[in-house]
This record gives sequence, structure tokens and C-alpha cells, in this order.
Amino acid sequence: MRARRLRASLRGWGGVGAMAAVCALAVVLALLLPLARTSGGEDAGTGGGKAARAEQARAAEECADPEKQTLSPSGADGPTIEEIKNRQGEKRKLVVGVDQNSYRWGYRNPNSTGAAELEGFDIDLVHRIAEDILGDPDAVQFKAIPTNQRIPAIQEGRVDMVVRTMTINCDRLADVAFSAPYFKTGQQVLAPKSSKISGYDDSLADARICTAEGSTAYSTLEQGREDGDLPGSADISRTVPNQLDCLVRLQLGEVDAVVTDGALAASQAAQDPTVELKGEAFTTEYYGVAMKKDADDLVRRVNQILVDYRKDTSGGWQASYDKWLSATLGAESKDSEPPAPQYLRKS
Amino acid sequence: MPSVPPQQTRATTPPPAPDRRRTAFAEGLDQLRAAATTEPGRLRIIGAVLALLVVAFGAVTAWQVNDRATAADSVLNRSQPISSDAADIYRSLADANTAASSGFLAGRAESGENRVRYEKGIRTAAEKLVAAASNSDPGDPSAAAISKLNRLLPEYKGLVEQARTYNRQGFPVGGAYLRYANEKMQKEMLPAAEDLYKKENQRLRDDYADATPYPWAAIALGVVALAALAWAQHRNYRRTNRVLNHGLVAATAAATVVLLWLVVGHSVARAGLNDSYDHGVRSLNVLTDARIASLKARGNENLTLVSRGAETKKVGEETYDAYDYDFQQDIAALGKGLALAEDLADDTEGGKPVTAAMGNMKEWQKRHSAARAEDENGEYQKALDRVIGAKGATGECFDSVDANLATALKHETNEFRSAAGGGLDAMSGLAIGAAVLAVLGAAGAVLGIGRRLSEYR
Repeated sequence: MRARRLRASLRGWGGVGAMAAVCALAVVLALLLPLARTSGGEDAGTGGGKAARAEQARAAEECADPEKQTLSPSGADGPTIEEIKNRQGEKRKLVVGVDQNSYRWGYRNPNSTGAAELEGFDIDLVHRIAEDILGDPDAVQFKAIPTNQRIPAIQEGRVDMVVRTMTINCDRLADVAFSAPYFKTGQQVLAPKSSKISGYDDSLADARICTAEGSTAYSTLEQGREDGDLPGSADISRTVPNQLDCLVRLQLGEVDAVVTDGALAASQAAQDPTVELKGEAFTTEYYGVAMKKDADDLVRRVNQILVDYRKDTSGGWQASYDKWLSATLGAESKDSEPPAPQYLRKS
Repeated sequence: MPSVPPQQTRATTPPPAPDRRRTAFAEGLDQLRAAATTEPGRLRIIGAVLALLVVAFGAVTAWQVNDRATAADSVLNRSQPISSDAADIYRSLADANTAASSGFLAGRAESGENRVRYEKGIRTAAEKLVAAASNSDPGDPSAAAISKLNRLLPEYKGLVEQARTYNRQGFPVGGAYLRYANEKMQKEMLPAAEDLYKKENQRLRDDYADATPYPWAAIALGVVALAALAWAQHRNYRRTNRVLNHGLVAATAAATVVLLWLVVGHSVARAGLNDSYDHGVRSLNVLTDARIASLKARGNENLTLVSRGAETKKVGEETYDAYDYDFQQDIAALGKGLALAEDLADDTEGGKPVTAAMGNMKEWQKRHSAARAEDENGEYQKALDRVIGAKGATGECFDSVDANLATALKHETNEFRSAAGGGLDAMSGLAIGAAVLAVLGAAGAVLGIGRRLSEYR
């Protein structure tokens, strides 16, 4: 749909202009790609070109920069926060939807002594939010939710918020409210090291690709196939409840490749030395905390917490990154840091 | 009616014979008619008919009884054991799966006991599958289910072993493997096992249906044979004023014994078989279903904690945790099954374990609610302790329910075996006895008539 609109607008400008733009783009890419690509495959040009085109299509979208569509930070209590604080006794907890299958993001370490405690980068953030709102980092009731249940869980009030590697995008903004971004990532391809698949490109022809049901990965692939970025022969019907289930299918040879957020793909690769990330991330995405659409006070509060969390050098964002993610994403966290937040949403 | 010499008849009939068979038949009939005009001829015919009737009675009795005895033997020694094996396959598969999920929940604290339980479940299922395979023919409806299970079992085991290996390394992909294994079990293996169980149960019911109906053909023939014998003797008495013809009396006695033996023997066997069905098979089915319900309940209780609210189910306006909802259904099925089993239990020895299981189940429900309350309050570890912990956990209740149901099943199996065995015994010897007596009876009839015939020479 996006592409159609793009093509229509291109026609509107006139063929010559469009051709010129494409040529210019190609030149720029030819100059830039060698710098951006470290691995450098033979098809780097085509892959990069497609990624750029997808980027351009995104820019043409009416809802530009979804990660900026959030409310300005504030530490004040409102009706939503009051309601949480008024919970009595054992129930005085923040109910948070998380994942228990994302290695180093939100997972249950089978070998941890506590036996049942969830841990990871997302979980650290949850504890910080609970500490700020309820004064106790452990005043949390974790609910594990599958990828496609994140939005219904919020809408039906089963959880106060979802902190679960959830990408901020325009479609979702229609259903829920997001905090400012707390992490930057992009879709990436994961395949066995021995596989011929080299990235998000023609090498995916005839490949069976696994994605999580209701994930950004799936909608991106769907769009990609429509736009022609993804070969039409690629089979994207293999969806599973959780991105980690894709690793199982990949190991069992039921699929040829996995597409998921780079951050999560790295977590999968960390659990199996025979698979690796193929090519660069072909989208740019930001993770945000999702809340009910009308929970304005909570959104502002979480944004405030995120500002403090980023500033806190001893026990904040950086410390959590170093603890959980540096092993899989590299000691340098710059590629994962979200941009300085902007708060464009007014109400 | 004037008697026509047979030669004449033979001479007149051939010319208009378009159909030779008809003619031959007509010829025989005419011969018979001719014979029937003289008393020795009539006696010959009567003797032949009597002998034929008695032999036919014996043969049909032997055939029908043999059929029923074979079916009864199949009930006792084939279809019931196979159907209970099929139930065992289902139970051990579900048991292994439950043990595997408990092991996952326990994490590093996984007990050796769980491992043993899992291994035992897999082993039992594999053994019973081999037995079931050897008992089924390639075209059997159950053969497909058996081969499917044979194919899936190693796949399942492979997934669980992968899960275990990854768990030990601390990777959450182990949990993903376990979910996949569980899905395979719930969506493919257990339905196949249930299918097998249902088919074998159907076979058992078919065998019962073959074993119990009254052998009406044999009984009717017996009555006809006895009536014919009585008529022949009455005729004899009228013609000769002799009361007893030894041969005919012997034939009548033999036929009477066979008829009585048939009716009494079959009635006893039928009673025994019906008893084995009402007090054995029905109880066994109810108990097996209850045991399976308790296993399913336990499995779902574990999965409630494994999935941590990941799946919900909407019923009307209310939203439930999908696994807890299934648990409640399973517990309700268990309660219903136990109540029915209590009704069916016809002695204290059979009733006691069922009543005990009922008590265990009530305690289980109580503890389960407590565990759910902890989980709803976010006290996951406490909820876990209340489900798989060492003391006071719901696991204890489940184990007791299972053990009590196993005791009850054992008792009912014995009940079944003794009732069905008694039924089968009542039919033993009947087929051969009927054949021998019928031959003797036929001989008696022939000799008896022969004695009268000899008076005409």
C-alpha cells in the first residue's frame, strides 16, 4: 500500500524526475555502502538498495516518526497511577506483560537459584518502573504474553503495560500509547552459517522464513513481498507464537531462515553457535513501553522514568546494557542507543 | 389316489423334458411319493428326516456355540487386554509429558524422581505400542494410529532431550523445545492414542456383541428335532401299541440333553459375560477415563505456570487463563468419573480406593485455588512451591489420586477376569459335546427306525 502510494506520487512528479532521483540514490548508495558494510557480500548493492527503498517508503507514510508520537515526561500522579497505587495488600503490584523466552531480554534462567525469577534487559526496566511508581522494585506481577497478544492484553486491561521488545510503529499507535523509545534495533535475517542466504535479498528465494505471529518482522516481510524487496517465492507462512520458537524450527530444519529484530536475532545466535546474522539490519526500529491509549499520566511518568534511567550511569540503562546485552550485541552500545527523545504528541 | 407303478411314470415323463434338472427333481419326488405309499418306505423317510434333524441340530449348535466361545475368549484374552493396553499407552504418554513439564518448572531443582517418571512413561508407551502392533493386522483401523504413534514417539523424545540439554546450558530455547514437544504431544500424539483406545474399545464391544446373543437357530432346530422325535414315537405307538422304541428314546434323550445344555450353558455364559461388562468393563472404562482426566488436569496445572498467563480464553464475557480453564474442565470430568465409579463399584474393596481418590481430589482443588491465588498476586515462586513443591503441594494430591485409581483399576480388572472367565468356562465343551451327542442321537434314531423296518422283512 505504502509502495503504491509512493509509485503514484512518483508518477505525479513525472517519470524523468523519478528516474533522476533513483539515479542519484544509486550513486549515493554506491558511495556509502562500502563504508556501511563490513562483511561485504557480492549482492551488497542490491540488498542495500532495497533497504534504502524501504526506508524511503516509510518516510512517505503519513504517520512519520512514530517513535516521536509520545507525551512529554512528567512525574505527577494521575488517575491511572492512583488506581495502581490503590491496589490493596498482595495485589499492590504493577502488572506487566513481558516475554519469558527472549534470551537476555526477558527470560527465566533455568539454572538461576531463584528458580522462577525472570531476568534480562526488559525486566531490569520493569523493576525500575515499579520502584519509581510503587517504591518497591519487586512489586511486579509478570505476565508472559505471546507476541500477538501484546495489544489485546493492554486493551483488555489484563496488564498495566507491556515491556517486551515491542516496536513502536504507526499501526500499533492506533491501538495503544507508547513511551519514548528505549532501544534501537532493526529487522535482520538469521540463518545457519552454512546457508547460502546472505541477507534480506534475492538469496531468500524459495526459502521458508519463520517469524513470530503478529510481529513487525511478519508485517515487514508481507510488505517486502508486495514491494518486490523479497522474492515472491519466499514462503513466509511459517509463523510461531514466539520468535524463539523460530530457532527451534530452524534447528530442526523446518525453516531456512528467521527474520526478527536484530537484538533478538543476536540472542538466538548466542544460543546456537552454528547460526549467524546474515547481512545488515534492513529496517530501523525502536522499542517502547506500551500502555493503554488513554493512560496519559502513566505514559508521561514512564517517559520521565526513561529520562532518569538513561542518565543514571551506575544502575541505569548503560549498566543494564553492559550486564545483559554487551555479550551478544557488542561492548559498544552506540548502535542500540535510542536518539534523544522528542515528544510530539500533545494529547 | 391310485398308485402308479414307478416304471410307468419314468416311461411317460422323458419326452416333454425341456429342463433336465426339473425332471430329475420331479423324478425324485415321484420316487419319494411312491415310497411313501408303503409303510417301510414311509419309515425310511421318517428315519432319514429324524437323523438329519438331529445331526443338523448338533451341527448348528456346535457352530453357533463355537462362534460365541471364540468371541468370549477374545473378550477375555484379546480385546480387553488390548483395550487396556491402549488406555495405558495414552496414560503413560500423558504421564511422561506431565513429568517433563514438571521438570522444566523445577529448573535446576529437577528431581531424579521426575526423570524416572518421564523415562518410565516413555518406556511403558513404547512397550505397549509394540504389543499393540503385534496384535493388530495391517488393515485394522487401529494400525494407522499405532504406526503414527511409533513415528512420533522418538520425535517427541528427541525434542525433550534437546530441551533438557539447552536447559542445562541456561538457554531459554530449551523452554521453546519443551513447548514444541508439548504441542506435538497434545495435538498429535494424545489424539492418536485416544483414537487407538476408542477403536480397541469398539472392538471389545463388538466381541461382546458377538458373544452374548442367544443361539436362536440352534434352539429352534433343537425344538423342531424334539417335536419330530415325539411325533415319530407317537405314530409308532399308534401303529404298534408299543410304548418305547429304544433307539428313538435314546435319540430324544441326546437331543434333550444338548438342548438343555445349550440353553443353560449359554445363559450362564451370557450372565457371566454381561456381569463382566457391567461390573468389569464399564467400571474399567469409567476409571480409565477418570485417570486420564486427572492426568490432563495435572498437565494443565503445570502448563498454567509454564505459560504464565500467556494464553487466555474467552467464555462469554469472562476471560480465563486457557490452561487453568482446561484444568477446571478436567477436574470436573474427574469428579464426575469418580462419582460414577463409586456408583458402579459393587463391593467395598472396589469402592474404597475410589472414595479415597475423591477425597484426594477435593484436597487438590483446595490447594490448587490457593496456588492460583498466589500466582494471581504475582507470587510466582510461592505458586510454584504449592504446585510442585515437596510438602503440601498439589503434586501430592495428584499422586494419591493416581495411585488410588491404579488400585481400583487393578481390582476391577480382576473382577472382570473372573466374571468373563466364568462365562467362558460355562461354554467350554459345549460345542464338542453337542456334536458327539448329536451323532449318537442320529444313530439312535436310525437304529430305532431300523428296528421297526426289520419287522417288514
